[in-house]
Amino acid sequence: MAVTFNINTGSNTPIYKQITDQVRLGVASGRLAVGDQLPSVRALAEDLVVNPNTVARAYADLISEGLLESRAGRGVFITQKRKIYSRAEGWRRLEPMLNALIGEAMILDFTRDELREAFEEKLSKWKHQKGGDGKNE
Amino acid sequence: MNNESVIQTRNLTKYFGGKAAVYELNLDVPRGCVFAFLGRNGSGKTTTIRMLMGMVPPTRGTGTILGHDIRALTPEVRARIGYLTEEHQLYGWMNVKQCGEFQSKFFAKWNGRIFRGVAGHFGLKPEARVKDLSRGERAGLCLALTLAPEPELLMLDDPGLGLDPVARRALVESMIFLTRKSDRTIFFSSHHLSDVERTADYIAVFDRSILRACCPLEKFQESVQQVRLRFPGTPPALPKIPGLLQAVRTENELRVTCVHYNGEAETALRTLSPVEMESVPLGLEDAFISYLGERGEKTFILSEMEAQS
Repeated sequence: MAVTFNINTGSNTPIYKQITDQVRLGVASGRLAVGDQLPSVRALAEDLVVNPNTVARAYADLISEGLLESRAGRGVFITQKRKIYSRAEGWRRLEPMLNALIGEAMILDFTRDELREAFEEKLSKWKHQKGGDGKNE
Repeated sequence: MNNESVIQTRNLTKYFGGKAAVYELNLDVPRGCVFAFLGRNGSGKTTTIRMLMGMVPPTRGTGTILGHDIRALTPEVRARIGYLTEEHQLYGWMNVKQCGEFQSKFFAKWNGRIFRGVAGHFGLKPEARVKDLSRGERAGLCLALTLAPEPELLMLDDPGLGLDPVARRALVESMIFLTRKSDRTIFFSSHHLSDVERTADYIAVFDRSILRACCPLEKFQESVQQVRLRFPGTPPALPKIPGLLQAVRTENELRVTCVHYNGEAETALRTLSPVEMESVPLGLEDAFISYLGERGEKTFILSEMEAQS
């Protein structure tokens, strides 16, 4: 499987971060699996029409996180997804998003039940649920 | 990318009459990078480029381009630089092919494949007459003429000026393509921040003849932050905030834009005891406008963002 990159200029998120976010999401959603190859720096840069150094920086960040691996002369591959954040750190990163989601839902007059239902429905569509089908590794 | 500078200026200054067009400019452009030169109209960008090309003598200060003094550039040095002016000067009676043949006579090195490739990328037919070309097509032709001698340094003075979105994309694609040669440097001025965001490694921000920032693109973007503070009633008066660019006050919100938002600024803002306080990053365009816009106080100049002295 592959991931289709899509970048926006004028966003609050720098382009290199849009790329790393999309790879992370691809891995988290199962669209990118261990061993999948990503386009070369040059190919992705020309495809997205962005500076190759921007793509190189995004790949370098992902390599240092252990999400990607560069194999000499062959390209860049998704590696075993390593757990790099502690549970506490994971929560620390997740919490602002949960707060934002719940806050927005309350402002828009959604009920708790509606929110729970929507949440469940989204979760069921997610391919590699942790503790779900057990294919996480 | 290595440490060698292809452009270097020290205190480069140009006065027209009693007015400084460029004031004590210190610039270092590393080889192999894409360097965007930004600033409002009339801030001194074109004068700087013309000085660097040896076409306008500086009032004082020094500069080198490809290691040569800008006051004494030889034709051999100039041939290594591709200079695209704002005006796109061409002879109307020539056709596209003739323009290429004519221009090629002035250069020892001429790559016809590049000329035809770039012209083709802008949809130009060899028989098309210059006087019948659109603004975007003329820009494409000028770019093709500039690139065919395979210059190691490109000086593009507002290459996107007046181009429609399709022609601008062709321009940006050409610039990305040019980075294939890793030791080639592109120096360009532009008002199109989305193009800058796509292409630039470094940006320099010019404000009324003075260089205000010179750093990697993401660093500029990450350095400018907006903090939103909410209050139960009218927001209180703002204390002194280090790095303050702008403060916008609404009914019960205070939006403060800072450069290098840090612990000190955060502490100062917390003393206002807002009910809610969050910091949000800004996009390049908003960051740029906050940086150069007229609203709010402009009380800072921060050493890290300033040009290296």
